[in-house]
Amino acid sequence: MTGNESRTDKYFGQALKRKEDPRFITGAGNYTDDIVIPGMLHAAMVRSPYPHAKINGINKDSVLGMPGVEAVLTGQDIVDAGIGSIPVGWLLPELKTPAHPAIALTEANHVGDIVAVVIAENRALAEDAASMLEVDYEPLPSVAFAGAAIAEGAPVVHDDVPGNVAFNWEIGDATAVQEQFNRAHKTVKLKLKNQRLIPNAIEPRASLAQFTPSSGEYLLYTTSQNPHIHRLILAAFVMNIPEHKLRVISPDVGGGFGSKIFQYQEEVIMLLAARLMGRAVKWTARRSEAFVSDMQGRDHETETEMAVDKDGMMLAFRVNTLANLGAYQTLFAPAVPTYLYGTLCNGVYKLPAVHVKVQGVMTNTVPVDAYRGAGRPEATYAVERTVDAMAHALGEDPAEFRRKNFIQPEDFPYQTPVALVYDSGNYEPALDKALSMMKYPELRAEQERMKGSNKILGVSVISYVEACGLAPSALVGQLGAQAGQWESSLVRVYPTGKVELFTGSHSHGQGHETAFPQIAADELQIPIEDIDLVHGDTGRMPYGWGTYGSRSAAVGGSALKVALQKITAKAKKIAAHLLEASEEDVEHEGGVFRIKGAPDKSKTFFDVALMAHLAHSLPEGMEPGLEATAFYDPKNFVYPFGTHIAVVEIDTDTGKVDLRNYGCVDDCGPLINPLIVEGQVHGGIAQGAGQALWEEGAYDEEGNLLAASYMEYTMPRADDLPMYQIDHTVTPSPHNPLGVKGIGESGTIAGSSAVANAVLDALWHECGTEHLDMPYTAEKVWKVIRDARAGIGQAADD
Amino acid sequence: MNVTMTVNGKPYTRDVEARTLLVHFLREDLLLTGTHVGCDTSQCGACTVHIGDHAVKSCTVLAVQADGMDVKTIEGMGTPGDLHPLQTGFWEKHGLQCGYCTPGMIMASAELLKHNPNPSEEEIRYHLEGNYCRCTGYHNIVKAVQHAAEIMAQGEQAGQAADD
Repeated sequence: MTGNESRTDKYFGQALKRKEDPRFITGAGNYTDDIVIPGMLHAAMVRSPYPHAKINGINKDSVLGMPGVEAVLTGQDIVDAGIGSIPVGWLLPELKTPAHPAIALTEANHVGDIVAVVIAENRALAEDAASMLEVDYEPLPSVAFAGAAIAEGAPVVHDDVPGNVAFNWEIGDATAVQEQFNRAHKTVKLKLKNQRLIPNAIEPRASLAQFTPSSGEYLLYTTSQNPHIHRLILAAFVMNIPEHKLRVISPDVGGGFGSKIFQYQEEVIMLLAARLMGRAVKWTARRSEAFVSDMQGRDHETETEMAVDKDGMMLAFRVNTLANLGAYQTLFAPAVPTYLYGTLCNGVYKLPAVHVKVQGVMTNTVPVDAYRGAGRPEATYAVERTVDAMAHALGEDPAEFRRKNFIQPEDFPYQTPVALVYDSGNYEPALDKALSMMKYPELRAEQERMKGSNKILGVSVISYVEACGLAPSALVGQLGAQAGQWESSLVRVYPTGKVELFTGSHSHGQGHETAFPQIAADELQIPIEDIDLVHGDTGRMPYGWGTYGSRSAAVGGSALKVALQKITAKAKKIAAHLLEASEEDVEHEGGVFRIKGAPDKSKTFFDVALMAHLAHSLPEGMEPGLEATAFYDPKNFVYPFGTHIAVVEIDTDTGKVDLRNYGCVDDCGPLINPLIVEGQVHGGIAQGAGQALWEEGAYDEEGNLLAASYMEYTMPRADDLPMYQIDHTVTPSPHNPLGVKGIGESGTIAGSSAVANAVLDALWHECGTEHLDMPYTAEKVWKVIRDARAGIGQAADD
Repeated sequence: MNVTMTVNGKPYTRDVEARTLLVHFLREDLLLTGTHVGCDTSQCGACTVHIGDHAVKSCTVLAVQADGMDVKTIEGMGTPGDLHPLQTGFWEKHGLQCGYCTPGMIMASAELLKHNPNPSEEEIRYHLEGNYCRCTGYHNIVKAVQHAAEIMAQGEQAGQAADD
């Protein structure tokens, strides 16, 4: 039918099943590797097998005669084409950024660095030839770990980064912290390792490029969380293409978790190859390539120190971190271990003084950048591990020690000693709800009963806050971001009353195609079936900065809300005109515009949309059409928070840790769609638990990746995890029009700490273990228990 | 080499290289791109299809090994207007986010429900341990399979009632 069914119910807050799902459940999703352009060629990357090597020569002729092989590209082809280095998107004072060529020219700096590309008629032929290409490598000394890389005489990764130190950064007042330590009643100190992780979105990265010589236009399909950022970087900084002549489409994307934010080498190569070959060229990563080329996460070596007074009230927190950046710095790399980490080292506590010092270190490993949570899981781990150690030192219950140190509701907006102003919060109700949901006292009693047996229990209570919804552009600009962080939205109403929404946010699983129409259906008061969301195509939407840092709802959703308000404001004017009433006398209620007090005189949204386009009778001077664009720049970050409780059972005979229960109470403000919110929390917890119990992107000391496939890198499977218990409190953000906060990363930000603290809770109660580094594999845990029971740990302490 | 097989009820004959994997045959020769590739070590399960009654990782099978076989992919499970109970289950229970592992999950779950129409949570988790999902934390996948089992049980009852 034409027009819209009238409706009055509210979509915001409803657990609607997703509009996008029919295509995914029937196999009709459209991912980059599914796309075929007739006549397309295929590329295969030749990657360095060495962590560090000089490239003395590449013999292109070794493969150019092979069947189907069309071309071989090397670093020299990148130079000859005038293609620039892949830039860093966030600069710090005195940051040293080594060049990052799309194909290494003289030196490969990590296993997986691209040294050549073979282009052939099909993928198999390209891969055959890639494996045969003769490359003359001269291995160079290499280093994998941050601590080792800054040692005297360590191998130097890049000559222009002496000592391998890319930056020294600090935040907070070191003197104030020392003064608090001087008057402390008790202090604790921990040495923590937050291990390297590999994001592992299940869809491997892929790119497909096409060039049209007659118009000079490029088309790039790629697995991106932020197609406009790719276009901007490729056009302005790398390829020198007029920005409007490059269209980047990010179709269905099979998970990102940060790893699909960045400008990668392969996208540059595909655009160049498409231009040189005069045919479309496709590349799809094998999983083994993903392991050595997708940006990795975490990798901190950290020392923390906390001081409390005689009442157990926190006085100061001091953090000193070595952040392993890997072999190159990519888009957000310098920001992740600094502004996204150090500023969160205040946690949820009233801390008079905090100081965080970070050294960013280059190594011969795959580059490290944002992975789900990006800096905030590391901060939460540093804070919450230390808080538990202090609770143990004081002999206080970890929940009650946290509670008494919480920032109080009346303290908001709360200025921390490390730059952030928390917008809103009420931490105690989330804690109480979580404790009662998980029957905390009963768990402690059960733990007591199990002590000394061959099954021991560990229980954690961790409270987190994070900063997301990136971000006020002026603020991040001051901090070094080379981009704005607002978001745009376009609302297009058709004459039939059907509506298309366009956003610069991108969904790669987050359910935008449902949540955004929910917002619109309420504002426009029309059925959600009449509204669709379009995203992921620079050719179709005004602009955008994409999806990461849990920003889609808070920033993209807010942009949509503002655009919708422009639509309803104009619609109301048109309705008033059609009703021959003054605008003030018209209300938008129950799906219609009607004259107050005369409900029988009304116009539907369809009536208004039709007249806006017919333009037969519009208010004096009004433009026809019904379309609005908004560019929304947030006033602050948003600060979701909550309490997570993990319960683990450890088999003392084998050391195997069983994550028995997991419960959490998160506060992300009002929930647009509870089904989607809970799904985000579930997945986040699984990745957090994954870090705590299994995952480790392990390297040897030279930089050879030891966990380079799913046979060595252990991600949680269905039978490793429990059902999660989830609840919420609702504390709206005061500064965005929806009141929403982000939820995409909370589970991961809290999850690794929650599970880690639960394991350590068990080991502390059983063996007095103060700290053990993640992941808590059976072997590692078993050794601790064995040593403790044999008195080995005791003896070492004496 | 010539290979002939029935896929989703339709017969196909194609000339393939001997080394062509079934998953590549389905995706590239038949353009059935609902079957996905997530790894190269047969661990992720995104490529799971049915050969006869069995759920099989189609990256572990050469196309020529499936010669003469009856293959079913996600495209053969149901359509938006006529969904398989598992497709309904995954939709209703939000058992997917990015959707990439979903076809494999549905195909693997279908094998389970064929042999065990009323699986416990533990049985579902055990059966799906060959399929990675990085988005959902598996919680809603378990619920989706349980929901599908309920729908199928009701369908069975309705079918029996109709027979009576």
